[in-house]
Amino acid sequence: MIRLSVPFRQALSRLTLPVMLMFSLGLVLIGRADQSLAGHLRSGLDDLLAPAYQLVAGPVQTVEHGGGVIGNLFDLEGENEMLRAENAKLLQWQAVALALEAQNDALKASLDYVPQPTPKFFTGDVVADLGGVYARSVLVALPPTGLADQSIVGAIAMDGRGVAGRVVEAGSRSARVLLITDLNSRVPVAIGAAGAPALMAGTNGPDPALLYWAPGQPPAEGAAVLTSAVGGAFPPGLPVGIVHYNAQNDPVVLPLADLDALRLLRLFAYASNEPVLTPIPAAKPGPAAHSPLAAAQRTNH
Amino acid sequence: MSGVRVRRRPSAWRRLDAASRYAWPAAFLVFGLLVIGLPLGLPGQAELRPAYAMACVFFWSLYRPSSLPAPIVALSGLLLDLLDMAPLGLWAVLLLILQGATLASRRRLIPQFFLLNWLVFAAYAAAATALAWAAQSILNLSVLPLLPVAAQMLAAAGLYPALAALFIRAHRGPAAAELA
Repeated sequence: MIRLSVPFRQALSRLTLPVMLMFSLGLVLIGRADQSLAGHLRSGLDDLLAPAYQLVAGPVQTVEHGGGVIGNLFDLEGENEMLRAENAKLLQWQAVALALEAQNDALKASLDYVPQPTPKFFTGDVVADLGGVYARSVLVALPPTGLADQSIVGAIAMDGRGVAGRVVEAGSRSARVLLITDLNSRVPVAIGAAGAPALMAGTNGPDPALLYWAPGQPPAEGAAVLTSAVGGAFPPGLPVGIVHYNAQNDPVVLPLADLDALRLLRLFAYASNEPVLTPIPAAKPGPAAHSPLAAAQRTNH
Repeated sequence: MSGVRVRRRPSAWRRLDAASRYAWPAAFLVFGLLVIGLPLGLPGQAELRPAYAMACVFFWSLYRPSSLPAPIVALSGLLLDLLDMAPLGLWAVLLLILQGATLASRRRLIPQFFLLNWLVFAAYAAAATALAWAAQSILNLSVLPLLPVAAQMLAAAGLYPALAALFIRAHRGPAAAELA
């Protein structure tokens, strides 16, 4: 240990706070100047934390899901009753779905419909709920294999029922998903059977707002909200939610995804060899050569 | 003579004990920040994390400033920024300002009743939360919603007595006197 004189040490200890303050203020400036720095730091930290969170999140979820074997014995009767009722209802829906599928197939056959290829997807556990006060995001632990060839930044995250968000930062073991309720989330959507265009904007609350719908045709209460391919960020037709008018009589979207209790997310990575989602002006050899969409378009020609 | 020798060269266990007491506040702060990230499904979990960091920084800066030095506070703030998706460095600055304010008012606060310290903490936390809101609004170029601000102020004020009860027990350990 270095021996320092007492006054010098006192001066040093008095200086640490201002020095650290200057350092932090500098960091704020650097973070503003270089937006990718925070992203790099964050994905590095997430990669470090994801395995640890994954280790702990399993038991936490087990506890949350009830008292285990003994606890489940007590309400077997009631649960069986409920499951039977639910099963009967599901069987009805299955019949409906089969009929619709047959009809859909017939219609597609008569239209010479070319199905879109299924994108590559990964399923990951939601291991941490790392939203801030003004940011809604979750941390997803990625499977260790199958990601070497491409980045999944921009991949679309869906739970069992609907779109939950998009991947904004990804490392090798973890991905951060910005939820559709985040203030910075903007999703082009199509409303109802007619596919009326609108923009779904996160409000930091539980239900995102609907903006920019055609003034003459307000979205109908209960209409389905699907993603739209406008802007090229999302593929068309993914289920998002249902239109609802809130207490202020503004249209909002009730998300289908259970955003408060996400457990598993599927991350759909639309790779560069997938069909181009929006037409891009063809002749842009210069800076556009690096963009995956441009590359995809070249391969399509 | 022997007494002098013992004081100069404490046994390994004693040194370990002292080190653990010294490191406890910082370790508890960082560990707590990570635990609040678990998907527990609590309402207001996002508001809890900065509130928890502010309560830790205030308490230890008040009662044992040597065990939560400024670099640790800055690093905790940075961790908070990275976990929270807040602008990089924002909470580092705010926690350091909170620490500075606490250290400046330390001499007057220590002899006071707990209730007054609590009120002062609530005021400091409210000020830091308002600053965070203002800074983020400016950086986002939009007026951010005010409801989370109120929730975070309440969370901070509500969390402090519980945390303080826990910390006071840790603070009153036998080897704590020389660290105060």
